[in-house]
Amino acid sequence: MMRMNEDFLAGVKGALPILVGVIPFAMISSVAAVSVGLTFPEAMGMSVIVFAGASQLVVFQLMSIGSPWIIMVFTAWVVNLRFSMYSATLAPYLQKLSFWQKALLAYMLSDQAFGVSLGYFLVNKKVNHRWYYFGVAVTIWIAWQIGAIIGALLGALVPASWGFDFAFPLSFMALMFAALSDSPTVIAALVGGMTAVFAKQLPYNTGLVLATFLGIASGYFAESLNTKSGVIQ
Amino acid sequence: MSAVSLWLLFVAIGLGTFLLRFIFIYLFGKIAMPEWLQRALRFVPAAALAALVFPALTHPTGHLDLSLHNFRLLAGLGGALVAWKTRNVLLTIIVGMALLWMMEAAFG
Repeated sequence: MMRMNEDFLAGVKGALPILVGVIPFAMISSVAAVSVGLTFPEAMGMSVIVFAGASQLVVFQLMSIGSPWIIMVFTAWVVNLRFSMYSATLAPYLQKLSFWQKALLAYMLSDQAFGVSLGYFLVNKKVNHRWYYFGVAVTIWIAWQIGAIIGALLGALVPASWGFDFAFPLSFMALMFAALSDSPTVIAALVGGMTAVFAKQLPYNTGLVLATFLGIASGYFAESLNTKSGVIQ
Repeated sequence: MSAVSLWLLFVAIGLGTFLLRFIFIYLFGKIAMPEWLQRALRFVPAAALAALVFPALTHPTGHLDLSLHNFRLLAGLGGALVAWKTRNVLLTIIVGMALLWMMEAAFG
């Protein structure tokens, strides 16, 4: 039991430094929510139900250009596909739990909770993974919701003429560069980005989904070529 | 968009996102993730985010604009430099927004 408390607290401490990034991002998401016309309960409802900042910002951008409902849902899912990769990576550490305990830990999974936890697990072998992860994830969840509340309250004070919607592509840009770890990922980004520019005029923003899939396919193909040429050499 | 379809939107996105977070934690030991899928998923963030960023800069008003009057393209390139060097979300937003406001104040 002592071990569990220690590891939970270590998780809370591990999460603290990155709250500097989490809270402003949560605030921005809520300011954006209010700027596209959501009320305070709607902004907070989305923040709690979805709890995935990048996809929330994507939805607001699509709302502001009048995209259909189904495109917003589908695009948000595509943006959140990365969570299944995190889920697969963390799965071995989050076992021997009940269905509902797993469901709770999965609901709180975020980019930051994944990054902090996995980084810690790879270095510290003697740790109760479930409690450490729970400490990280719940700290980030609470900080996110506090940031979201502040943002939703401040949102009404930000006039549209400031062009604050430009913060969406800027935030995606920083996340995108963080995702460029090798040449296949760069190729995936270039093909995805260029396709989206050329497919911009396709109806209902379907170009976005097409571009994402072509980008993924290009990265996958480039990586396969790399692997094969590596074998030959 | 009506209030009902808005809440349905949140629930639809939230349920799908929850399943993506839950699926492999739940299925661990029951079924393995195919190797090709694991490899493909690695490219989702880069491809999806680039597909959002590029047109937002090249089509600020819905039409292609690669001229010097497209302040969002220019400010976005400045922001990209910061994003590339720092990978910091907040700093990228601050620099990009500042560049946009300065250009609008000076030339807009």
